[in-house]
Amino acid sequence: MSTPSTTTPIVALDGASRSFGAVHALKNASLPLRGGEVRALMGENGAGKSTLVKILTGVDRPNSGQVLVDGEPVVFHSTADSRDAGVAVILQEPTLFPDLSVAENVVMGRHPKRSFGRIDRPGMKKMVQEILDRLGVDLDPDRPVQGLSIADQQIVEIAKAMSFDARVLIMDEPTAALSGREVERLFGVVRALQERGAAVLFISHRLEEVYDIATVVTVMRDGEVVHDGPLSELPEDELVRRMVGRDVNQLFPKTEAKVGELLLDVQGLSREGVFYDVDLQVKAGEIVALAGLVGAGRSEVAQAIFGVDHATEGRVSMNGQELPLGKPTASVAAGMALVPEDRRQQGLVMEMSIGHNSTLARLGEMRKNGLLSPKKERDEATQWAKRLQLKYGRLTDPVGTLSGGNQQKVVLAKWLSTKPRLLIIDEPTRGIDVGTKAEVHRIINDLASEGLGVLMVSSELPEVLGMADRVLVMHEGRITAELSRAEANEERVVRAATGRAAVAEEIA
Amino acid sequence: MSTMTSTPSGTAPDRTPDAPKTTAGESPVKAFLGRWETLILALIVVVFLVGQAISTEFLTGDSLTSGTADFAEYALLALPLTLIIATGEIDLSVASILALSSAVMGSLWNAGLPMEAIIPICFVVGAVCGAFNGWLVTGLGLPSLAVTIGTLALFRGLAFVVLGDESVTSFPAAYTDWGFGNFAGTPVPNPIVLFLVLAVLFALVLHRTPLGRSIFAIGANKEAARFSGLRVDRIQFRLFVLSGVIAALAGIILTLRNSTAAGNVGEGFELTAIAAVVLGGVSIFGGTGTIGGVLLALILLAGIQKALNLDPDISTYWVQIVTGILLVGSVLGPNIAARVREARRINTRGARPTRPGRPAEAQTGPGGEGNTNA
Repeated sequence: MSTPSTTTPIVALDGASRSFGAVHALKNASLPLRGGEVRALMGENGAGKSTLVKILTGVDRPNSGQVLVDGEPVVFHSTADSRDAGVAVILQEPTLFPDLSVAENVVMGRHPKRSFGRIDRPGMKKMVQEILDRLGVDLDPDRPVQGLSIADQQIVEIAKAMSFDARVLIMDEPTAALSGREVERLFGVVRALQERGAAVLFISHRLEEVYDIATVVTVMRDGEVVHDGPLSELPEDELVRRMVGRDVNQLFPKTEAKVGELLLDVQGLSREGVFYDVDLQVKAGEIVALAGLVGAGRSEVAQAIFGVDHATEGRVSMNGQELPLGKPTASVAAGMALVPEDRRQQGLVMEMSIGHNSTLARLGEMRKNGLLSPKKERDEATQWAKRLQLKYGRLTDPVGTLSGGNQQKVVLAKWLSTKPRLLIIDEPTRGIDVGTKAEVHRIINDLASEGLGVLMVSSELPEVLGMADRVLVMHEGRITAELSRAEANEERVVRAATGRAAVAEEIA
Repeated sequence: MSTMTSTPSGTAPDRTPDAPKTTAGESPVKAFLGRWETLILALIVVVFLVGQAISTEFLTGDSLTSGTADFAEYALLALPLTLIIATGEIDLSVASILALSSAVMGSLWNAGLPMEAIIPICFVVGAVCGAFNGWLVTGLGLPSLAVTIGTLALFRGLAFVVLGDESVTSFPAAYTDWGFGNFAGTPVPNPIVLFLVLAVLFALVLHRTPLGRSIFAIGANKEAARFSGLRVDRIQFRLFVLSGVIAALAGIILTLRNSTAAGNVGEGFELTAIAAVVLGGVSIFGGTGTIGGVLLALILLAGIQKALNLDPDISTYWVQIVTGILLVGSVLGPNIAARVREARRINTRGARPTRPGRPAEAQTGPGGEGNTNA
């Protein structure tokens, strides 16, 4: 394989834009991937990183702009096209055949053959061993993939990419599930690839790692490339500022809350391998945001508090009364409600009607003489639909016929009608159009001012900063910062979310 | 991401070929004609006309008596099975529990116990069997299909352990007369009256109580049901216990009707009962169905059986063949309808939804290309 000159990128994105309806996921983005370079791609959730990766790997195509391979414009119609151009992707969760050996996984579909189409096992083993040696890793090619750590599975994926003579390696948060030593080994492999003239695109939320491995950086924000240059010239603080550097738009009609008595008290809540030692309190009338990056364990904490998920340790109390862990029915009885992240899977029964969904959490109250009263159900559902300004045809229509925002309102109706004292709401506005978003924010604010305690998990910084009276930031399963409304700003939250927890002392 | 409803085979398809039931803005007539139950009703009419053509005995009181009495056990088993299948689970062990109940009855009668003591014991045996199924499914989280295939063999084996190869026939006439007899001067057999009472109760529970609504919610989306604070495991456990108790009841009735207790009674009954449930419009994936539909399916199946049995020239195999065709048709029909609807939707919108599968396949599918080339 020839090493291309340092000026012509092996693969590049040139002025690419991609929009989904009115949403501009990518705006005129350019990104060169040169041989021998490790490029970091930085940005918040939703900045357009994954869209960019999808285009580079042939999963998606830009509306305008182009992909260049060795300076020539090409169109990747499929992942096979991009693979043939030498682009390989390593995902956070490798997708291998667990029952097959390491060697078989590496050569999958291209087994070296002997006569009569028999698989040349010794040849296959030798070939894979060579690749593993080149990567400098000690892994037995005959071992089944089942039982390998995620880190080892990633190595197998990389070996697979090398067997395709990949010249560009895209690594999408490869270190998210790795331990410190495993990260070191992965970086060793990346450096070996870099020396052999491969281009690497490295995506990670961990600043430390980025500075450790990358030489150049592309920073994205709101679908645009806002910075492109050598990493050594960009100090950490500046990098964070460029990632988040937008004004918090004051769309949030925040009314000052009258904070009342303690509602929710969580002490030392832990689940092995997911989150540890979580302490948090929510008072009446208070909106507490649980911020952090995707995968930090926020939803898991919310679900463990509500009881749909298990916690291995810790205590959850409502109104001073301890709740049994893992019993959602008890949590509901104690006045808790959870509006989950995944509306379609967890929030709603999609096959059921709008009306039946909105009364599902309090069927007991819908009875008259022991039997469900259709009239009572209809009245209650209509009343809440009006209150939340739900746009719908008939209550008997399947809930799946509604738009995302209106579906979310049905979930809200379902829970608010139980007259909860504490509302846990996970990503309240994900997948909702802008108009309805503001409405949902208004509803939450109104309820808080009426004395409802709110625990809000959100990945959207403007939402966190605009809505919350108090912000708790999680990083890798632990709460790393607690910020008051006055203290909270984008930089502090992002620093704590990426594990730069100096913020806590700075404030204290 | 694809939705649950866009997959033709993933979840319960509509049972209604042209009109999704109770859709807004439709005339009641059209809604009625579009219902699955209407189709079954039409088939019943056909079967009764054919039955009448085969033999003039078909539509007589005697025929009604014998035809329905022979179906009493299937009908009883179908009731709790409807609830279990509506939650997306299954209980294949019901006929074995029925046999165990019969064997226990025979064995205890031989041992000299009075019937007043034996019958409650049979119910307890059924409840314990059901609780065992329920514990394996909800307590240990095992798939009900595998669990109840296992207990199907286990309970049947226990029935032979209890009674061996022998059969007991000397039951008191007071009880067997009830089993043979008709209800207060009508041509309706006593067991069928009992079934009808239970059917009304089951229909009320399934369609008019929080429990019934929970059952449908669990069947449609177990996770969302849990997130709604419903006691999913507890409900499912109780349904298995209920299924065991009703199976024991069916065992008692079968024993009294035939005046015979044996370990080999009721073999394959579970399949006919499940056939009735599925044919009755209950989605095998859970989430939809009505007791009324199951009732109609039972009438249809009993009618077919009776009609074909009346003609000595028609082999009894034909009952099985016709039942089989209906059953396959009942699963196939709505699926084809769903696919046709899907195809129409694609044609009108020009977009093809991604089908669930491995990510790489979904991403390279032609759908994505169609979107961007446009």
